[in-house]
Amino acid sequence: MPSWSNVRSDFPALHQNVGNKPLVYLDNAATTQRPQAVIESLDHFYRCDNANVHRGLHALSMRATDAYEGARTRVARFLNAAAPEEIIFTRGTTESVNLVAASWATANLRAGDVIMLTEMEHHSNLVPWQLAAKRTGATLRFLPVTGDEGQLDLSQLDRLLTPEVKLFAFTHVSNTLGTINPVADLCARARKVGAITVVDGAQSIGHLPVDVRALGCDFFAFSGHKMGGPTGIGGLYGRRELLDAMPPWQGGGGMINHVDFLESRWKPSPERFEAGTPNIADAIALGAACDYLDGLGRDRIAAHDRELAELAHARLSALPGIRLLGPARGRSSLVSFAFTDIHAHDIVTFADEDGVALRGGHHCNQPLMRKLGLTGTTRASFYVYNETSDIEALVASMERILKFFR
Amino acid sequence: MSDLADLYQQVILDHNKRPRNRGRLPTANRVAHGDNPTCGDQCSVYLRLDGDRIADISFDGSGCAISQASASLMTTQLKGRTAAEASKLYDEFRQIVTTGQAPEEISDLAAFAGVHAFPARIKCATLGWHAALNALKGDPVAATTESHKD
Ligand SMILES: Cc1ncc(COP(=O)(O)O)c(C=O)c1O
Repeated sequence: MPSWSNVRSDFPALHQNVGNKPLVYLDNAATTQRPQAVIESLDHFYRCDNANVHRGLHALSMRATDAYEGARTRVARFLNAAAPEEIIFTRGTTESVNLVAASWATANLRAGDVIMLTEMEHHSNLVPWQLAAKRTGATLRFLPVTGDEGQLDLSQLDRLLTPEVKLFAFTHVSNTLGTINPVADLCARARKVGAITVVDGAQSIGHLPVDVRALGCDFFAFSGHKMGGPTGIGGLYGRRELLDAMPPWQGGGGMINHVDFLESRWKPSPERFEAGTPNIADAIALGAACDYLDGLGRDRIAAHDRELAELAHARLSALPGIRLLGPARGRSSLVSFAFTDIHAHDIVTFADEDGVALRGGHHCNQPLMRKLGLTGTTRASFYVYNETSDIEALVASMERILKFFR
Repeated sequence: MSDLADLYQQVILDHNKRPRNRGRLPTANRVAHGDNPTCGDQCSVYLRLDGDRIADISFDGSGCAISQASASLMTTQLKGRTAAEASKLYDEFRQIVTTGQAPEEISDLAAFAGVHAFPARIKCATLGWHAALNALKGDPVAATTESHKD
């Protein structure tokens, strides 16, 4: 069981200098670091159990299959899905959204239908829908964001969420604003007009307790690398009855029951959506990441990350000329800010010299940036191993930068 | 420490804070736009060409200190030059930002020598130049320094 008193020692990559300064890693919204338990899981699989899954009858293949399917069950429990068959392993959030767009949207949307999104979506939850709209003749509609405080304008929901809306896709937590959206409420409203819901969980999966049945969503997309898991693995939760009615989106081995020269019959979910040899080792290590986070306690992770984000927001707000985005309180694990006279890339370059790893730019949110009249922001994002001293380092670095440029 | 001080030379900070020849040039007869899609940096360059000679030049845009200062300094260096001279100066500038080595006779542009230690920023330094060369060519397409080899 991991313990909060030595979380930092669980993450080997944190313990290094950048230049001659100790690393202060504040780019967790892009990707988190991995705990030792996840690294060991990968190492163990390749050393001991490595074999292909499903089609083998020998000992290693059976062990690999058990571990891979065990990881699916573990992830299902992490999300409180009703059954492991509701979890499809993918490369991550982007591939999960594309799966729904390619399979469900192509089979179910036609001209006259509306895909509703919000103005705060990551390009991963925007571009796949633009492509689906082109393919099907459906149109896109956007729920507005209120401005710098970064809330969805719920007063517009009744006007926009009409019966033509067949699918409503939105993010759980904004990667640019830190806003936590009222997912359960949005899903309930969508259900009333008969729209299915796709939740982008990239920024919530590692930070907030996620219960897909309590949220009431139809699909939930997430990435392993944003929750301490490996890159190249993530998942899509889908409600069983929806998945069973969906056509495959990729063809290949592992997803068929019967193949003839001219036609094939599909397996049910999840195999129907996992053509080819899956990412076995990383899926198993994702299960280890679930164990690690549950060991720390997801309510405590949420409280820890929120406290750091609120503290950072409060401390940064004292800097002259700063423009902070997103809500001051009740925010998720990141802060995003801009100065009119100093560009984000200059800030990130300078902070790097202080050992502080930040991200600057449009954060795959170009339309939102344009709406807010910004070319980019600087983002600091926190995780379980960050401490208040990291925020002091961030603020000190920003003060040095302001002095240099002004 | 020294790398960064090299990157953000006084000349660069000065041009960033007080850009020269900034804003749309009312008398311009050539214009070209450049952008770096991943950075979001943008730069428009306006020229008044008098025959083959740059009679006047200005720029407009937004971006990091390197891209804005570089465009500003470029305008001061290109005014009065011919297209051929401008192109030669760009070759020298590219040399400076990619190798850190400046030819002796080059003055202020040498301030950008520190860029070579930050390969990701080379495209910031060359953005304005790409736009200017496109404007000289009368090339209406937007310059992007990202699909170029540098
Ligand atoms: C809100 C949001 N959605 C989607 C993604 C895409 O995730 P991935 O690149 O892991 O597919 C990200 C990651 O940057 C994100 O922050």
